[in-house]
Amino acid sequence: MTMARAIPSPIVTAETQAFWDAARVGRFVIPVCTTCGKAHWYPRAICPFCDSDKIEWRAASGKAAIYTFSVMRRAKEPYAIACVTLAEGPTMMTNIVDCDFDALAIGQQVVVKFVETENGPPVPMFRPAA
Amino acid sequence: MTIRGKAYIAGAYEHPTRHAPDKTVAQLHAEVALGALADAGLTRADVDGYFCAGDAPGPGPASMADYLNLTLRHVDSTELGGTSYIALAAHAAAAIALGKCNVALITLAGRPRSEGVATGITPRLRDPNQPEAAFEMPYGLTTANGYAMCAMRHSHQYGTTPEQLAWIKVAASHHARHNPNAMLPDVVTVDDVLASPLIADPLHRLDCCVISDGGGALVVVRPEIAKTLRRPPVKIIGAGETVKHLSGGSFDLTTSGAARSGPAAFAEAGIAPADIKYASIYDSFTITVLMQIEDLGFCEKGQGGAFVADGNLISGVGRLPFNTDGGGLCNNHPANRGGMTKVIEAVRQLRGEAHPAVQVKTCDLALAQGTGMQLGARHCSATLIMERE
Repeated sequence: MTMARAIPSPIVTAETQAFWDAARVGRFVIPVCTTCGKAHWYPRAICPFCDSDKIEWRAASGKAAIYTFSVMRRAKEPYAIACVTLAEGPTMMTNIVDCDFDALAIGQQVVVKFVETENGPPVPMFRPAA
Repeated sequence: MTIRGKAYIAGAYEHPTRHAPDKTVAQLHAEVALGALADAGLTRADVDGYFCAGDAPGPGPASMADYLNLTLRHVDSTELGGTSYIALAAHAAAAIALGKCNVALITLAGRPRSEGVATGITPRLRDPNQPEAAFEMPYGLTTANGYAMCAMRHSHQYGTTPEQLAWIKVAASHHARHNPNAMLPDVVTVDDVLASPLIADPLHRLDCCVISDGGGALVVVRPEIAKTLRRPPVKIIGAGETVKHLSGGSFDLTTSGAARSGPAAFAEAGIAPADIKYASIYDSFTITVLMQIEDLGFCEKGQGGAFVADGNLISGVGRLPFNTDGGGLCNNHPANRGGMTKVIEAVRQLRGEAHPAVQVKTCDLALAQGTGMQLGARHCSATLIMERE
């Protein structure tokens, strides 16, 4: 249950400013294309599926399932890197926190939790669903 | 338009060093360049095309072209990570086919061991302009745990076991014991691999490749020149390359880019996986080998675990002799890039110059396959098929 790893700050760009502004107030938003209706990840200004630039930030449920994960044992503070598939569709890289590393499983339900970074906005991580 | 039969690998050279604190990276590039030219029976003055990747000092080919004092009419510094040199051999063949050069030199060298780079277990610094950086760097993506995520998913989806992955290391070690330059020349068992410390679940220390200094070079020439040289001719007959990435968040981490570059290469060569007598398969980690073997079509997707087990990759024992120099898992991994040595060992096999204990009998068709960068995120893949005449 350790969480001592210092999380590097994400670089905020013109394309992702709105995402990080939302993160600072604890809102998890994802980019959705209003032309084709699909959500994508990582966020970008141009839809990777239909090339449209009509991208809207929409509140996500924060619910996801673990697609894969690996506990980094060879680190000062072991941590769990993972890819989780959001209820809205896209799969994203993240960490699983507030968990027993040995009890993690692919397919497990998780929910979003923002975690503070060194000196930037908080980043979305996930913890086991209750 | 095809590169099939348009160019030959006339020279190949692997630097014997595994630790070079007393040499510079440029010097190592020059030593392997001269080694490959000598092997071909050519000289520096014959070179009119130069090919290198991200390990060459300075941006692109300029610094090494200057250091080597080359007079060039064609250059290519395509950066595809560790598999670059497999792709560059094909690029050289394409340039020769188009008449852009006659004698192409490809070099690789680096000193991660001397420079103390703990490459696999700490996140690498990224260009802040990389659009994905903010969505990956905070999570501690390293080389090891990215590949480990592929292995975890593969295991979940197909039942692949740590024991099956360990067999890949075991096979490599059976080959490395015949290589006097290998960093890890001792035979290991499945139990040895499983008893080594966990790095990132499910990968153990012995599932990972070595960190070594060194380098290698190739000389690719047009057919008319190859026929005047004394070395056994190795003809390039097919190639493919691709980038596999996260596709906007809709991806599958159990498949590598070899699923695209492999079929393209086989189609160009006009042969099938079953025709291949020897395969060099990039082995940054054991899982890297397993996924590429499946994706090249040596077995059905998902059956790689059973395929690699019980010595099936050991020369003289199994169906698909692989990495008979010991590969990255046991021999070397110069500049943290395994593509060059993959082509070099395939050339040795086709020439009949591998160590007698691991030489494949009547080795007339060989393949070199590699992935570069990060299998757990975005990576490049290149496949090269070669034939002995």
